Amino acid sequence: MTDLTRLTAAQTAAAVASGETSAVEVAQAHLDRIGAVDEKVHAFLHVDTEGALKAAKAVDDKRAAGEKLGPLAGVPLALKDIFTTKGIPTTVGSKMLEGWIPPYDATLTARLKQAGIVILGKTNMDEFAMGSSTENSAYGPTGNPWDLTRIPGGSGGGSSAALASFQAPLAIGTDTGGSIRQPAAVTGTVGVKPTYGGVSRYGMVAFSSSLDQGGPCARTVLDAALLHEVIAGYDPMDSTSIDAPVPPVVEAARNGDVRGLRVGVIKEFAGEGYQAGVMERFNESVELLRELGAEVVELSCPSFEYALAAYYLIAPSECSSNLARFDGLRYGLRVGDDGTRSAEDVTALTREAGFGPEVKRRIMLGTYALSSGYYDAYYGSAQKVRTLISRDFERSFQQVDVVISPTTPTTAFPIGERADDPMAMYLADLCTIPANLAGNAAMSVPCGLASEDGLPVGLQIIAPAMADDRLYRVGAAVEAAFTARWGHPLLEEAPIL
Amino acid sequence: MTVTDLVSYEDALASYDPVMGLEVHVELGTKTKMFCGCSTTLGAEPNSQVCPVCLGMPGALPAVNATGIESAIKIGLALNCEIAQWCRFARKNYFYPDMPKNFQTSQYDEPIAFNGYLDVQLEDGEVFRVEIERAHMEEDTGKSTHVGGATGRIHGASHSLLDYNRAGIPLIEIVTKPIEGAGERAPEVAKAYVTELRELIKALGVSEARMEMGQMRCDVNLSLRPLGREKFGTRSETKNVNSLRSVERAVRFEIQRHAAVLSSGGTIVQETRHFHEDTGSTTSGRIKEEAEDYRYFPEPDLVPVAPAREWVEELRAGLPELPRVRRARLQKDWGISDHEMQSVLNAGAIDLIVATMEAGADAAAARKWWMGELARRSNEDGVELGALPITPAQVARVAALVAEGSLNDKLARQVIEGVLAGEGEPDAVVDKRGLKVVSDEGALGAAVDEAIAANAAVADKIRGGNLAAAGALIGAVMKITRGQADAKRVRELVLEKLGVQG
Repeated sequence: MTDLTRLTAAQTAAAVASGETSAVEVAQAHLDRIGAVDEKVHAFLHVDTEGALKAAKAVDDKRAAGEKLGPLAGVPLALKDIFTTKGIPTTVGSKMLEGWIPPYDATLTARLKQAGIVILGKTNMDEFAMGSSTENSAYGPTGNPWDLTRIPGGSGGGSSAALASFQAPLAIGTDTGGSIRQPAAVTGTVGVKPTYGGVSRYGMVAFSSSLDQGGPCARTVLDAALLHEVIAGYDPMDSTSIDAPVPPVVEAARNGDVRGLRVGVIKEFAGEGYQAGVMERFNESVELLRELGAEVVELSCPSFEYALAAYYLIAPSECSSNLARFDGLRYGLRVGDDGTRSAEDVTALTREAGFGPEVKRRIMLGTYALSSGYYDAYYGSAQKVRTLISRDFERSFQQVDVVISPTTPTTAFPIGERADDPMAMYLADLCTIPANLAGNAAMSVPCGLASEDGLPVGLQIIAPAMADDRLYRVGAAVEAAFTARWGHPLLEEAPIL
Repeated sequence: MTVTDLVSYEDALASYDPVMGLEVHVELGTKTKMFCGCSTTLGAEPNSQVCPVCLGMPGALPAVNATGIESAIKIGLALNCEIAQWCRFARKNYFYPDMPKNFQTSQYDEPIAFNGYLDVQLEDGEVFRVEIERAHMEEDTGKSTHVGGATGRIHGASHSLLDYNRAGIPLIEIVTKPIEGAGERAPEVAKAYVTELRELIKALGVSEARMEMGQMRCDVNLSLRPLGREKFGTRSETKNVNSLRSVERAVRFEIQRHAAVLSSGGTIVQETRHFHEDTGSTTSGRIKEEAEDYRYFPEPDLVPVAPAREWVEELRAGLPELPRVRRARLQKDWGISDHEMQSVLNAGAIDLIVATMEAGADAAAARKWWMGELARRSNEDGVELGALPITPAQVARVAALVAEGSLNDKLARQVIEGVLAGEGEPDAVVDKRGLKVVSDEGALGAAVDEAIAANAAVADKIRGGNLAAAGALIGAVMKITRGQADAKRVRELVLEKLGVQG
């Protein structure tokens, strides 16, 4: 019998649609898999067994009634615990929201449900999406299925680990500085940060509003594209949502032809801090694209040097304001309300107990950066850098169709290695941050294993805003060529848990 | 509460020149809130008009109410402002329990409207130009009710109740430039400005601007400088001065208080002050030792507002006749003096009179009832004229009954009293109370005969040509008929029966 957890999302949907299997069987197989391995991996914070089986049954009933099913109907999905789910806990990886049951669905959640996608549960993440390892979760770290003593990336480590350990064929992540792409890279999966404004943020708990972007995660480029199409598109509830047709991502994913495509390599993304094995795989990818008929051009983006610094002013500034609402008065944690303390004291005690050290660090950083007298030097300068980075991209995209780089400078590092060194942790997002600052679309696709540690390496592809389809075109080409070269998908080399 | 030292108003003005700044918040009358679809209806059950957005739930995002933007632009245009080509919302960050997100979505250095003016007319007809710095959009906060304390303030309260129905209702904040050169007329200018602004807002149809309902709220900033000095003195900010009369009184009080402090060699502390309606005085609120740091930054959840020029011009072309222009026209039509028109304006009676005329009354009658009997009642009851339980149509009906001779003025006042008491429409009150003028000539003749018989001496005087004495007989007839006679007809009958030419 086929192991239903090993199918791609596209295969699963086809099997459900044809009646070869039922959505309930598929859901049950994944729930069983979660039961078997998640104790070791800890990808999920909450598994919604009842809801998943109910949603699966609804798909089966629909099919039985002869109704047409959507292209991903009956496919299970792991949802990052940052999207609100009506009636299902949403913690954002924080003690602050432990036990909070949202009264409403995020737009993305509603679209998943409408598409007949079966939500298995909510996945682990760095608290409020602040981190690159999922170690900042208030509920404990997640293991990388390739090596459980290593990090699965972050902040969306739960989603990437769920994919890589075959607990779900689809997942949702959010990417503020790399939180979809970096976990995808270090787990050998596919992750896409759509164009800013491409996927509604309504109901996605905000970290840094001008950078946050929800997106699809999967084990194949086509699966990511199918999911992308479900969640993307204009939403009047999100003022920053783009009112334009979704780029033809599925078509692009089915047609991975890069002949004549101009590909830019940014020379600043190399050198000190880049692991040799990562650069080897990256250079191999560049060669591969050349062989496939792409034209490779070397580019310089001098302002990228300041991207990390600008990011660590803008994101904390916005987060210091976004997280102000967690005051213990209306929802979530409340500490010290013994009837004698003032609201102010209760708020202070709640925030002291409810937020973890990284969240506090960023709130303090941001509060400081926005203070009068410092605003121009910090937040103001960071916004200028942001403009310069956008201009570097604009110039690049006059010469090339996409830009590529390693997704992350190193492979997965051991849990605990960088936990006490924020700067080292921040460097994990060195290559991914510029696309967030500029609002571009970007993807990470597996490009092999680093020779020194045998761990996955990701190739990052960046496209101009609203040209998300180019990511899928290049991603599909790379995926097909490498799979042929390796003789199987990369994940088949991962240890069987 | 300590007694505040004051110097007389005249003495204060003899040494100091007042400079004012007025900040007025207007709640827009949009059907839904500024950033979500919740209703803005007042008086609903607490927390019944809320959603994830206006409660600041995790994940919720704002989406701009287009009518709110349109109203803001209309106000800006009516205030002769420039309208921004492009502007952003900004977050004003501070913690307060009635503000669900712990930041207020407002505007900072990019207001939707700026650099305007409003001409206001003072009691004697002089026109004073108040320069407008800016008008910007923001959202209202929720409402805290502090329970258990003595004063209703948070200090000493055992707990507080929060109602978020108001949270997110659109507000426009209109800020003047420093108002200089008003001199002793500063209190009058302040009142005239707020009055004119209220009329303007109402004429634009963007808000009912009812101050007693909190739909329009005023902060008064005031400073004094020695006569002849350029540099402004330190200001006080008197918050929530919420009636026209209070605006005038607050300015006057602060002038006297500042003068007392300054003349005795003291210095004014920059602080917020509370105004007390009962005593007309202010007391110290929060001292601003250092300016509060709101850490404003552009609101990343909202795209910039860039009103198309064509749209702005369309709105400009559609502006209604502005109140001062309209008043001048009405004053001319009604044939009344500047002073009379000012009284009508102060009483808030213009629209009521116009509506009464639209319902059929003539100008004189409409003005007479609203500015007479009804103005008296509104003063007595301490409610605004427009809030009295009588409609312009009902007043017009009373006037019609008088005009056709069915009621005299005295009876008409009783009809109005009946309507105000909830006894129904004017005609119903007439029926129920039996208030028809006695038009039965037989009954009236009998009453006149009775009066003549009972006042023989007076009757003789009249026969002797003393027509002025007729008043006493008319009074007697009115008494007999319990006021239900047409005085003019009674006079005719009296003279006729006594054989005297009128």
